[in-house]
Formats: sequence, structure tokens, C-alpha cells
Amino acid sequence: MKVIIGQGSCGIATGAKKTAAEFEKQIKAKNLNIEVGITGCVGTCFLEPIVDIYDDENHLTRYVKVHPEDVTEIVDNHLVAGIENDTHCICQEDANVITKQKRLVLRNCGLIDPEDIQEYVDLGGYKATEQVLTTMTQDEVIEVIKVSGLRGRGGAGFPTWFKWNAAKSSPGTEKYMVCNADEGDPGAFMDRSIIEGDPHALLEGMIIAGFAIGASEGIIYCRAEYPLAIHRLEVAMDQARERGYLGKNLFGTEFDFDIRIKAGAGAFVCGEETALIASLEGERGMPRLKPPFPASKGYYQNPTNINNVETFANVPWIIANGGEAFGSMGTEKSKGTKLFALAGKIKKGGLIEVPMGMTLKEIIYDIGGGIKNDREFKAVQMGGPSGGCIPASLIDTPVDYENIGKIGAIVGSGGMVVMDETTCMVDMARYFLDFTRKESCGKCNYCRIGTKRMLEILERITKGEGKEGDIELLEELAEKIKDGSMCGLGQTAPNPVLTTIKYFRNEYEDHIYNHTCTAKSCKDLFQFIITDNCTGCTVCARKCPVDAISGLRKEKHLIDQEACIKCGKCEEVCKFDAIIRK
Amino acid sequence: MNDYKELAPVLEKYGKISGSLITILQKAQDIYGYLSKETIEHIAKETGIKAAKVYGVVTFYAQFRENPIGKYLIMMCKGTACHVNGADFIEEAVTEHLNIKDGETTEDGIFTLNNVACLGCCSLAPVMMIKCSEGDETYGNLTKDTTKEILDEIKSRG
Repeated sequence: MKVIIGQGSCGIATGAKKTAAEFEKQIKAKNLNIEVGITGCVGTCFLEPIVDIYDDENHLTRYVKVHPEDVTEIVDNHLVAGIENDTHCICQEDANVITKQKRLVLRNCGLIDPEDIQEYVDLGGYKATEQVLTTMTQDEVIEVIKVSGLRGRGGAGFPTWFKWNAAKSSPGTEKYMVCNADEGDPGAFMDRSIIEGDPHALLEGMIIAGFAIGASEGIIYCRAEYPLAIHRLEVAMDQARERGYLGKNLFGTEFDFDIRIKAGAGAFVCGEETALIASLEGERGMPRLKPPFPASKGYYQNPTNINNVETFANVPWIIANGGEAFGSMGTEKSKGTKLFALAGKIKKGGLIEVPMGMTLKEIIYDIGGGIKNDREFKAVQMGGPSGGCIPASLIDTPVDYENIGKIGAIVGSGGMVVMDETTCMVDMARYFLDFTRKESCGKCNYCRIGTKRMLEILERITKGEGKEGDIELLEELAEKIKDGSMCGLGQTAPNPVLTTIKYFRNEYEDHIYNHTCTAKSCKDLFQFIITDNCTGCTVCARKCPVDAISGLRKEKHLIDQEACIKCGKCEEVCKFDAIIRK
Repeated sequence: MNDYKELAPVLEKYGKISGSLITILQKAQDIYGYLSKETIEHIAKETGIKAAKVYGVVTFYAQFRENPIGKYLIMMCKGTACHVNGADFIEEAVTEHLNIKDGETTEDGIFTLNNVACLGCCSLAPVMMIKCSEGDETYGNLTKDTTKEILDEIKSRG
């Protein structure tokens, strides 16, 4: 029997380490011969900390939301007496969250110990690499990827084989295989979870890709904000080197390949290939004009191929199962599966993997369990600052590159932030513009100054100081910024504004002409009002930080609107739902 | 006057490898907590890279700081999921409780507040990470009250 505790960043944040320590302590105290191990992200973040108990026949019992104080009963019942514990067992509905998915990239996540290469090898790991290095030519590898139809998972969806082929065909003996793990999209954590849960899948993908283009060095450009991911990669690389999977003469062939990690320093623009290369060279991460493309002149002017973590993680599976098997999943032009980070106002947030072409509705309701507090679904934001907000009316849209692109958003790297009726769409646009303005590298005038001007307009509108013509001005600026920017950051920066204007124009108009915020989220455009539900319990008056609430005990209270700072404390503490936003 | 003894092995190892400036700056910041004008000039001198260029890199990337920070660094997540789930309220709670704004340090030198783009724990939004020399701890599903409790608990550690 063994006890496995999910320890990705999310699990650890909910206290998984403390739970694990408690299990170890009690198992030791009771002298039980049971191993306590770790695994990466299970994907169902809303159930963390998650404890998996495998019996000797490898039958799994999953306990969820297990905190240190819950450990004793599980140890006594399950580990000592051998009977399943009544509480904390995962319910069928929550278990379905995983069974409704198609887990290909995530096949090992939440199953294996990411810090033990043997567990990866036991499940067929490094077989694909061996097959490629000992039996295939570079062209054959690229052909398999071509047949599979794999497209870049970082956002743009460019055919992977095409990039590999270009880098392979470029003249030069020194070539580089770079992994973009600088997951800068706010609201996305797919790459982090893959690395934390199954780092060898990434390494294997890079080795195979490196072989295909003729590179002998790989570089992983990873966010510095992901210390655990970097640690697990380092452990994985050391173990791979010990076994001869990285280094010289891999699998007894002539092929040498090693990988190093370069920690990024925090710049969203480094998601752009040429900016990422500048950053690898120790420069400011500013993009340059293409062509020449990195495939011919990249890292220190050498042919360089850059792919995203998820793209690489698909590769070993494709090699092992064939391009046709991968191509049979998904839609006509978008093959395979896609990972999404489901977050925001959703009941069952977490990391999911589904076949391309599944509708938004299936993802949000069947897998995500619907909207928190059963509120009304308003929109889903896809693609982060480069993407757009998709309204409820388009919930039946299949999620693939073509269909999502058609309605003004992008699949992006896979962030999916769900919004309900309390989210203001003008504020969302303001939020993203604030982000892109800060992250603009400053090279192109339209991006540097244009995003600032757009932000100023949006700030005015959310303060109730919008003017007639603001919407048209935003649209005009948006088009000019798209045209006048050199890289993807500027070209897509206006998307959150354009999609919210397209689908939620009435909200902009409400802010500008009626000085109201439909979602009651913009502070300057609503008031807190006490209704007749008030029992005069005085809690709100006591908690108000500015003494803006008055009233006698057992009588209805009143808020002094002049004094109120709209901190929301009264609304938070009222037990009678007597405080509303109007 | 700092003799930069701790930084010497870093410069020894990376100083001559081109493209290592960011790595050197990261390690220098790990050692000294921030990158002062003197540190920047020292690195420029030792690597032969112009000080203006080093400064350009320092100011370009969000990770680099030019001012000292407190014992505990509060990294307040402002990612999309956190924003939708009320990260602004959590930031307000920190500001009210410690009287510091984004980028500021408390007078007693215990806390520094930094807003960050995304910590990647979106399902637990709103989230903050608190960093200190003993390691990082991430706190999720925050409310104004739990945020204040967490800060009080850390403060009581001294």
C-alpha cells in the first residue's frame, strides 16, 4: 500500500505539504510499512489537498480536501483497519471532471512522482526517444509530426512540422532548440502544471525535436515566478543525465544533446520569439523585425526553433502512437487535444485537457460544473491580454483555432477565465489594457503610447467620466495600434477592448451616458444601500472603517453616501442580505 | 563600501560567458536583496558591459529591484482570475493593515508589497505569495479578514 499526495504549486498552496507531513508522522508512530510519495498536479485544483491511496493491487481510493486534522481518521480507518473512510472520499460528480476529459499530455500528471525518473520510464517513458534516435531519420520524424497535424500550443497555432523543417533546412552546424516556458499570460498555468507534474515529457519532446532539426543544445526559458517548476526540471535533467538520456552519444548513437535552464526575469513581451532570443542573449527583451525568422537566424544568429511546453509534451505521445492516431482527434484543421486553465467564477476550476472542437458549453458546464453560486454566465475570456471576451450567446462555439479566431478571440496558450453577471466588461478591458501598457517594450510608438491613451479613456469611462465619441475613439486607436505595431503584443493588445465593444457595447454606453455600471463593480458608479431586510443588528456600523453607517439598535440603519469609501465591508459582514449595490 | 566578496564567484563563473547578464543580475539580487547603483556599476566594471546597458536591463524586467525590500516580500497576484475574484480588495486589505502601497516597505522593514502579473495558482484566486529567506509560502482563497490574519501571524514571528 502507498499514500500519494498531490504536490503541484496549487496543492502546496492549500497545505498539501502539511498534510503529507502529518501522514508521515502518524504512519511512523503506528509503525506501518507504508510509503508516502508525491505526485504533480492532479488537475482538480478545487479539491486540493488530494490524497491518493493505492492498495497492493494498485486499486485507487482518492480522498479530497484532506487537511492535517483529517489525517487521523483516514489513517485509522483506511491504513490500519483497511476500510474506506466515509468522509473526504471523492464524490462521483467530482471524479467525472477527470473522466470527461481526454488526457494525453496530462497522461502522467497526478499519477507519477515527477522527481523519480523510474516511474516515468515504467510507463513507457523515453521509449519514443530511443525509437527516434535508433531507427528514424530527421525527415521521418518531421513527417510523423506533419501527419499528426500538431500546431504550436503557445498561442498562434503555427504548424510545428513547418518550423522544424525550416530550422532543419537552414544552413549551419550550430543549431538550438528552445522551449518557451515563460508563461506570461495572466490566468494561465498549463505549462507550470506540465513541468511540475511530468517534466520528462517536456525533456523527451525537446530531445526528439532537437534530433529532428540537428541541434545539440536545448534551452528552457522558464519564468522565475515558478520556483517549483525550475526545481523539478533540474531534478529531472540530473536523473536523465545519469541514465544517459541527456549528454553525449544518446542511446549509443552519434547524437549529443543537453539542455540547460535559463530563468526569465519577468517580461510578457518575451513570449514573442525574437524578444525571447534577445533575453536569452542577456539583452532587454525587445522584438525585432521578421524575417529573418529564428529558424534561419536566431540565438546568436544560429538557426533556432522555439516551441511551447505543451507542444513539446505532445511529441513523445505522437511518436509512440503515430501521427494518424493524433490526427484522428480534434477537428479538421485543429488536431489533438488542448489544455485549458479553467479559472475565474467557475465551480470546478483547474487544469483540464479536452479534444479540440469541444464546445465552450461542454467545458464550462459539463467539466467545470457551471458558475460559482449558480450565478448567470456572462462571458469567458480566452487568450489573455491578446485574446477576447466571448459572450454567453456564443457558448455553443466549438473550441478550435478557426472557430475561436472567427469570433474575435484566440485559443491562445489556454487561459480560460469565466465571468458572471458581477464582472464589468469595461473594467475587464481596462484591466487588460493596464497590463499590456505596462508590458509594452516601448519600441513601437503605437503600442507604447496608443495603449496608454486607450487605458486613459477606459479609466475615465469606469469612473463615470466617459464622453460621447469615446467608443469610436477607442475603435480608431485599436485599429491603428494593430497596424502600427511590429510584434504580436501590440498587434493583439486592442483585442480585449474590441471584443468587449463588439459584444457588450451596451455596457460601455451605460457607463458613458447613464453613469451606471450594470455589473455593479465600478466603484464610482454605484452606492451601497441598506434595505428593509435590516434588523438593526449594528454589525455593519461597528465594522465600517469610516463610521459612515448610523442607526439605533433594532432599527434600520443608514449609510452616509458622502462619507462612504465603498470598501464593501458592510456588505461582507451583513448576515441578512440587507446591503445591496444600487 | 561593499567589497562584493559574495558576488566574486558569480562573476568568475558567468562574467566571461556572453549572454549571462540577466543570470548575474539575478544572483546579485539574491545575495543583496536588490540592485543598488553601486552594484550595477560594479557588475558593469567586472563584465565590461556599459553601465547604461546594465541599467537598461535592470529597469526593463519586472523581477529586478533598485531598492531594498523588507524581511517578507508580499507578492500580490493581479492575474486575470485573481482580478475577477477581487484581488483589488485583497490589496486594499494589505494597504489598510500595513499602510504600504505597491512597491513600498513598512517602516519597521518587515513587509514589502509588490504586485505581480500572475502566480499561476488561478484556481485558488485570489492568491498571494509571501517570500522570505526561509522560502516561499502561497496563500489562496483569500478574503480581507484572512489576509489580515496571515499578516498578523507573520508579524508575530518577528
